[in-house]
Amino acid sequence: MTRIVNLSRRKLLKAIGGGSGLVLGVYFSATDRASAIEEPARPLRAGFEPGQLSPNVFVAMDPTGQVTLTVSRPEMGQGIRTTFAMIMADELAAAWPRIVVRQSDGDAKYGDQITDASRSILIMERPLRLAAASVRQMLEAAAAQTWRALIADCRAVDHEVIHVPTARVLPYAQLVKTAMNLPVPNPDKLRLRDSSSRRYIGHAIPSIDMGAMLKGKTPFGADVTLPGIKYASIERCPVYGGKVKNFDPAGAMAVRGVEKVIEIPANPAPSGHLPLGGIAVIASNSWAAFQGRKKLKIEWDLGSNASHDTTAYRAEMQATARRTGKSVRTLGNFESAYAGAAIRVVGEYFVPYQTHATMEPPVAVAAFENSKLIVMAPTQSPQTARAVLAQYLDLKEADIVVRPTFLGNGFGRKALHDYICEAGWLAKATNGRIKVVWTREDDIKHGYYQPICFQRLDGGLDKNGVPIAWRHRTVFPSLASTFHADQVLPDAAQLGQGFVDMPYAIPNLRCEVGAAPAHMRLGPGRGGLNMAHTFAMCSFIDELASAAGKDPANFLFTYYAGPKKIDMKALGVDYPNYSALIEDYPLDVGRLQNVLQFAMDRASWGDPLLPRQGRGLAVHRSFLSYAAAIIVVTVAENGQISIPRIDLVIDCGQVINPDRVKALMEDSIMYGLGFALYGEVTVKNGAVEQRNFDDYPVARAVITPEMHIHVVPSGHPPTGAGDPAVPVIAPALCNAIFAATGKRIRTLPIDLNLLKDAPATAPVPTAGAPAAPTAIPLTPAGPAPKN
Amino acid sequence: MPALNINGKEHPVDAEQSMPLLWVIRDIAGLTGTKYGCGIGECGACTVHIGGKAARACKVILGDAVGHDVTTIEGLPDTHPVIRAFAQLKVPACGFCMPGQIMQAASFIKLRSDPEDDEIVQAMSGNICRCGAYERIVAAVKQAAGAQR
Repeated sequence: MTRIVNLSRRKLLKAIGGGSGLVLGVYFSATDRASAIEEPARPLRAGFEPGQLSPNVFVAMDPTGQVTLTVSRPEMGQGIRTTFAMIMADELAAAWPRIVVRQSDGDAKYGDQITDASRSILIMERPLRLAAASVRQMLEAAAAQTWRALIADCRAVDHEVIHVPTARVLPYAQLVKTAMNLPVPNPDKLRLRDSSSRRYIGHAIPSIDMGAMLKGKTPFGADVTLPGIKYASIERCPVYGGKVKNFDPAGAMAVRGVEKVIEIPANPAPSGHLPLGGIAVIASNSWAAFQGRKKLKIEWDLGSNASHDTTAYRAEMQATARRTGKSVRTLGNFESAYAGAAIRVVGEYFVPYQTHATMEPPVAVAAFENSKLIVMAPTQSPQTARAVLAQYLDLKEADIVVRPTFLGNGFGRKALHDYICEAGWLAKATNGRIKVVWTREDDIKHGYYQPICFQRLDGGLDKNGVPIAWRHRTVFPSLASTFHADQVLPDAAQLGQGFVDMPYAIPNLRCEVGAAPAHMRLGPGRGGLNMAHTFAMCSFIDELASAAGKDPANFLFTYYAGPKKIDMKALGVDYPNYSALIEDYPLDVGRLQNVLQFAMDRASWGDPLLPRQGRGLAVHRSFLSYAAAIIVVTVAENGQISIPRIDLVIDCGQVINPDRVKALMEDSIMYGLGFALYGEVTVKNGAVEQRNFDDYPVARAVITPEMHIHVVPSGHPPTGAGDPAVPVIAPALCNAIFAATGKRIRTLPIDLNLLKDAPATAPVPTAGAPAAPTAIPLTPAGPAPKN
Repeated sequence: MPALNINGKEHPVDAEQSMPLLWVIRDIAGLTGTKYGCGIGECGACTVHIGGKAARACKVILGDAVGHDVTTIEGLPDTHPVIRAFAQLKVPACGFCMPGQIMQAASFIKLRSDPEDDEIVQAMSGNICRCGAYERIVAAVKQAAGAQR
């Protein structure tokens, strides 16, 4: 049940829009579909009646007709400020230039604001429409009252209300004051505008922040400046869970510009959102703080993770994956089917630790004044930041304001708030204004790493090449270990990302998970555990197709053969379905088939290729959306690879802003290629060995392939676009390499040395085949120009 | 006190001569359009013009910049062909790397008015975009080069 309350009567205008005007907040409860995956109701703000849910959205119109939309999701490149404005503008029949967007702070009245897992549109589309529709209907009612006309004859169009029979017109500005005194329409009676009246949704609307962004004027966390602000840089223990034994600040204090050296106490592992601790050097500018850090003398107590070593750990994980694990999904009898199989296939897959490497490293500004804390920082969850700060600094939430800035990427890193806690702690300790600046080295060496993961798959085919047995074991340290001690097995949410949701109709099946103790601080990354699991799952089905001597696409079609919707409950599987109701967002094999067919048609699957070329595909559902990739790769005799073409298909339900979906698909390809080709964090003696973009390379312009993005027209409710296409890129690439060379890549990042002198297995070219593309060197380009 | 000319304006700078220009621009002159991304000249987020040519502000020290004209994103006109092309092709996603990309591109198209695609790719490959907008970046640079001819 949704309730809409006219807040103008509660004198909240000043707080949310400035000036007087019409303001509506939407309250929604857990029975609404849109809110079904929301968190429970937040505490009420003083002044609200008890028993209500918190307002989630604010649409405000002032007497000049200017609309202020408060966007309750931080902007990190997904274009959410523009997309939310489009949804609102169509339902309000608003003129685009009359819209102003403001960002909500981390206050409970806006509802949950956590921006991750590609859920913002899913959660907010309907509440935004309801909020805007209410405003529009009140303006229409105000016009009807003014004209003494029937409401049904009054229609809002382009920031005006028209009296249809007489063609009289009143601009919104002249109706606001009348509308403010009218009752709020019952949400059940709201008439949503039909899709034919839309002027924004479905169109490539440019970012509302475009002009400012291209001039460097959108404030990111690092760009916040305050009079008298000091800059802090923190030396942290190289090993997770370690702490300072003793330190000598004298050298740092001698550096020009350095003003203070303070120890931030270590928070023992698992430290969750809290700082790792270390020695903070506070200076009049960032550079002085960095220089001061270099002069610190620190003796560390490295703690119990000092022996962690990724090479040894991989061997342990492999041993675990070769033993029976805890079963989380079973069907039929794997053992007897496997024993009776005519062909058996085994694949062991490995994905290393990776880190987010957001373009903007973590940074936060905090000011502590009159016992109140104000934080301005890039955060994917301002309310979480506020709650964590309150607990950590022993302050009341009411005394803390968290204002999200623009984010130079998030990728999950900025949903974890150690850097914000560091700034808050230092501001409180110095009773001042502090900007904590992370260097890129800090970012690479002290991140929240995506889990290292070892998987083993065993598959059996009968004598006709029909897969009859599938066993998948996964071993990785649980993300929950960052928050809770003694987590050696991952939870259902993590296992629900490309593991237990295996969609192939194979009659004898086991999914098992093996224990892995955590030695690093872990955190979710883009694509989540789908990145590792989809790599293995979509590669292994390709292995089975190859063993069966079948075309991989036809093979997939054949084994998407079960019921069109997989009923995990009936199968007895604990499957959280990305926190959404499975009834509303089923695991729909029909949509998997559809994206595959779409990709095959667009990419001319089956057409002949040049020698040393191969075509690979991968299909996967994640974050409630469906993605398929087909990649053509050329492998040169020296092992160098180039990618003449990628086709990427996404079905993310109804699309609000097609240009942003397309941009996110281009982005997904580049992120996925970086994951497949480069991303690797290794650990020796408990410390990360990489430090910066020179040894932790990411995708650059030079590896950009020819991209063909296809968005499936869909009547399904909108679902995620930021994450779901990333996981299919690596397996599609590796399957293409196999098609070109017969070499199966089971370890990421891809070791191109393995492809040297690989035989060409691709078919001989026929007349009219495309010309050979120039080889793209898939090694990181050096910086240009050199100084 | 030495002064640094940024965007045609003299900024008095009381700092070590060894301080990288990036931090002078950001923390002392207070111009925050120029971004920090790596500090070692690998990502291009801090690209500015020194004497009209692209340079990584994290790799140039204050002492070497004094006496030269420094231009940051704030000093580029809104109507610059690169800015217009980036807007038309809807290049930015998160926007963080954009000032560096734009300054790199503006310097490049001055030198190469009719570049081949490969040349653009090479010229822009020192600038990382973690939103992966490379296809649009290359297309926008090509368009901007054409527009200035």
